[in-house]
Amino acid sequence: MKPGRFDATVLTIGFAFLYIPILILVIYSFNASKLVTVWGGFSTQWYQQMWHNEALMDAAWVTIRVAVLSASIGTVLGTLAALALVRFVRIPARMLFSAMIYAPLVMPEVITGLSLLLLFVAVGVDRGFWTVVIAHTTFTMCYVAIVVQSRLVTFDRSLEEAALDLGCPPVKTFFAITLPLIMPAVVAGWMLAFTLSLDDLVIASFTTGPGATTLPIKIYSQVRLGVTPEINAACTLLIGIVTIGVIIASVATKRREYQRQRDEHLATTAA
Amino acid sequence: MAKSLGPVKRKFTPWTDPGAQPFIRFENITKRFGNFVAVDNLTLDIYEKEFFSLLGPSGCGKTTLMRMLAGFEEPTEGRILLQGKDISGVPPYRRPTNMMFQSYALFPHMSVEKNIAFGLEQDKLPKGEIETRVQEMLKLVKLEQFARRKPSQLSGGQRQRVALARSLAKRPKVLLLDEPLGALDRKLREETQFELMDIQHTLGLTFLIVTHDQEEAMTVSDRIAVMDKGIIVQVATPAEIYEAPNSRYVADFIGDINLVEGKVVSTSAAAGQAGRLALDCDGLKVAVEQECPALAGNTVAFAIRPEKVRISLDTPAQTDVNAVRGEVWDIGYLGDFSLFLVRTEDGRVLRAAQANVSRLVDRPITFGDQVWLHWSADAGLVLTR
Amino acid sequence: MSQASATSPGKARWLVVAVPYVWLILFFLMPFVIIVKISLSDTAISMPPYTPVFQGFSTLRDFISQLDFDNYLFLTEDPLYSEAYLSSLRVAVVSTLLLLLVGYPMALCMARANHGIRPTLVMLVILPFWTSFLIRVYAWIGILKPEGLLTLLLQSLHLYGPDEQVQIFRTQTAVYIGIVYSYLPFMVLPLYSALEKLDGTLLEAANDLGCPPWKAFWKITFPLSLPGVIAGSMICFIPITGEFVIPDLLGGAQTLMIGKTLWTEFFGNRDWPLASAVAVILLIVLVIPIVIFQNQQRKAEGGKA
Repeated sequence: MKPGRFDATVLTIGFAFLYIPILILVIYSFNASKLVTVWGGFSTQWYQQMWHNEALMDAAWVTIRVAVLSASIGTVLGTLAALALVRFVRIPARMLFSAMIYAPLVMPEVITGLSLLLLFVAVGVDRGFWTVVIAHTTFTMCYVAIVVQSRLVTFDRSLEEAALDLGCPPVKTFFAITLPLIMPAVVAGWMLAFTLSLDDLVIASFTTGPGATTLPIKIYSQVRLGVTPEINAACTLLIGIVTIGVIIASVATKRREYQRQRDEHLATTAA
Repeated sequence: MAKSLGPVKRKFTPWTDPGAQPFIRFENITKRFGNFVAVDNLTLDIYEKEFFSLLGPSGCGKTTLMRMLAGFEEPTEGRILLQGKDISGVPPYRRPTNMMFQSYALFPHMSVEKNIAFGLEQDKLPKGEIETRVQEMLKLVKLEQFARRKPSQLSGGQRQRVALARSLAKRPKVLLLDEPLGALDRKLREETQFELMDIQHTLGLTFLIVTHDQEEAMTVSDRIAVMDKGIIVQVATPAEIYEAPNSRYVADFIGDINLVEGKVVSTSAAAGQAGRLALDCDGLKVAVEQECPALAGNTVAFAIRPEKVRISLDTPAQTDVNAVRGEVWDIGYLGDFSLFLVRTEDGRVLRAAQANVSRLVDRPITFGDQVWLHWSADAGLVLTR
Repeated sequence: MSQASATSPGKARWLVVAVPYVWLILFFLMPFVIIVKISLSDTAISMPPYTPVFQGFSTLRDFISQLDFDNYLFLTEDPLYSEAYLSSLRVAVVSTLLLLLVGYPMALCMARANHGIRPTLVMLVILPFWTSFLIRVYAWIGILKPEGLLTLLLQSLHLYGPDEQVQIFRTQTAVYIGIVYSYLPFMVLPLYSALEKLDGTLLEAANDLGCPPWKAFWKITFPLSLPGVIAGSMICFIPITGEFVIPDLLGGAQTLMIGKTLWTEFFGNRDWPLASAVAVILLIVLVIPIVIFQNQQRKAEGGKA
């Protein structure tokens, strides 16, 4: 086999493995039959049923609110943490700080969830919406910090120095120069944080309380009872939201790339 | 682009006037980064309207010195005076200096005019005035038709001009230029050097330039400070630096030179007075006419630039008191010059440059020829440091 | 060089560090202190179901004398727990190896693909990662169930008789499939970024010096991709060890994993101190891989800066 064809085969098999299960799930959400294994024709009845399932819709609403809030707080904290890591050499106990940024990325969720729960119990906080937000903020901020940090290390410091040199005070410089330029990374970090929060089952299960059931918790409890087309529909909807988000992001990147190429062309013909 | 020549330059030597007040004074400046001493107890005066260069290899402390003036670094010891006022502790955004960065540091998300206006906006000038000043600057660097472009839509040379315009827009007391032409190709660099001098002259500003390119420093500067390992080795005009280097380091760093170690045999005058020195450089006897620096017996270096060494097939005339025989060992043809590497009878290699004044392809002197090298008593120099 | 010292006013600078620092100490470090503390306390049937070992800050001696290692003793006495730890580690090791086996060729082929399509390929790897973990595991239930789609497929291909069914669901195999499927993007991306950085001329130089391509792979490509291999392995190994959702949904009764045990101890038996002890030991087991991961990250950070 030619190397090119071999590569194509490997990639095809690999991507088929990644995508076929999701595709099947999406297809069967439009199945008219209640039996997952029998194709009974195209139907959107499960979406209607899901729409009228109040418990499910409540859970979806809670999930979205948690995700927006924790992603937003997490993005602010994560961006600050990234700045601290990249810009400030003399952080007290720097090792501890960077360890606390990296560890949540790989920490088994059961440990993070349990330990946070015990903290909330120890200080006597009623568990519910806000405890989930705090828990999600804590682990998503670390992802944001990593994403923003990788942008900051390649950031040309002389841009900030130029602004200072031209009379712009440091805080203003951050908002006028640094933030606009690292914005793509901050937005990417927010999106990552949002979907991570949207997805999370384990940490939310530990830290939630009455009245704050999130969608993954709801889906999980139903999945344990068996596969139902309604869950397929809910999952498809979630996948749809995320896919649209990712597509918008990639189109934006493509456009920026196109713009950059046009600029380069202008630059070479400018002289 | 039509070259507009500015007013004829005048002789400008405030440093020789004992009554002149320095515009910028670095006073016993030391800067340490951890254990590394970047600048070591350095004192330097720069005068108003001077075009001053800090020249040296990378890591010699020249950029650190400039950054301390801009306010990005604070000196560990010593103080910096601007017009007699200590500016220690003044943050960069409150200093009347502006800097042109090596990378240009143009804000990529702002148009050319926004970039130029940025510093003026920080001063909260009225809109109309900002507008006029930006137009003025665009005209100065001949970029009027590019005002609305983004930096990424400009060529390297144009970016360099925007950076210059931006740093000049606030009419700083001192303009700092960090390797300003390093990213340009040779042709453009030479052109821009003259433009820089022109702008400096027209606006009557003080320019401080950091460079590792000796040609650039020689071309643009009124004075040059040659730096090495955090100290200044010599401060002088370009001509003095080239013709009368004060040390082996400066002689070797600027241009091409023959350096021969030797001993002073006799001097005809007391130290500090003009006279004739006789040197013995391991058998090579050399006579030099200059201010006598060293007493007999001291180890010194004899330095002579290749273009001041004449090369000929015949026995030299009596006017050149120094002469040595040798064999042409190698020839470097440089177009305008040919550089001859001649192995003398005692085994050392000396370099002699000869201007190629005719279009002959086959030069009269070639490999293996027995030749004479000869020079006058005032062509070379004795270095004690 | 710390240029910031000269350019940032103290207050803003202090806030940038302090705000995330305090947050992480409060909500990441403190919980671990508490979990250790609770793992050393007695079970009590109350809400919260534990009696604190110390309230407020008593003296250190009091604290030590009151320490109660019963929960840990219990963990060592009941073979169920040690088996669960060992089995978790075994599953994590095997899964990581399987992931390398599947992920390395994919990453290599991606890195060798045309420049033009590489971003698209990376997108295709990341996209499943953006979709819910739970959903991806759920999707496999429908496929692997005895009356599921895999059985149907094999039956329609006449590889299976009409009464035969695939017996994978609720077995260890299903767990491995689920883990490899879910963690594949985490393995492929670090491998890809290591392989992509590889200078193509290195292989040309090796070929030029007489090294055949397959040998050049082992002598050049693989050693240089080791940072990616370590990063990918750690990113997968550590969370897999504590994995809960996959063994719970795809595994069977014989699937013993510590994440599941912890969950059952906590939500099923409501034994919080024991669950805490389980978590503390899991953390101790994972300290070495976590330290390796941290060093890798710090090196990558230093290299870039």
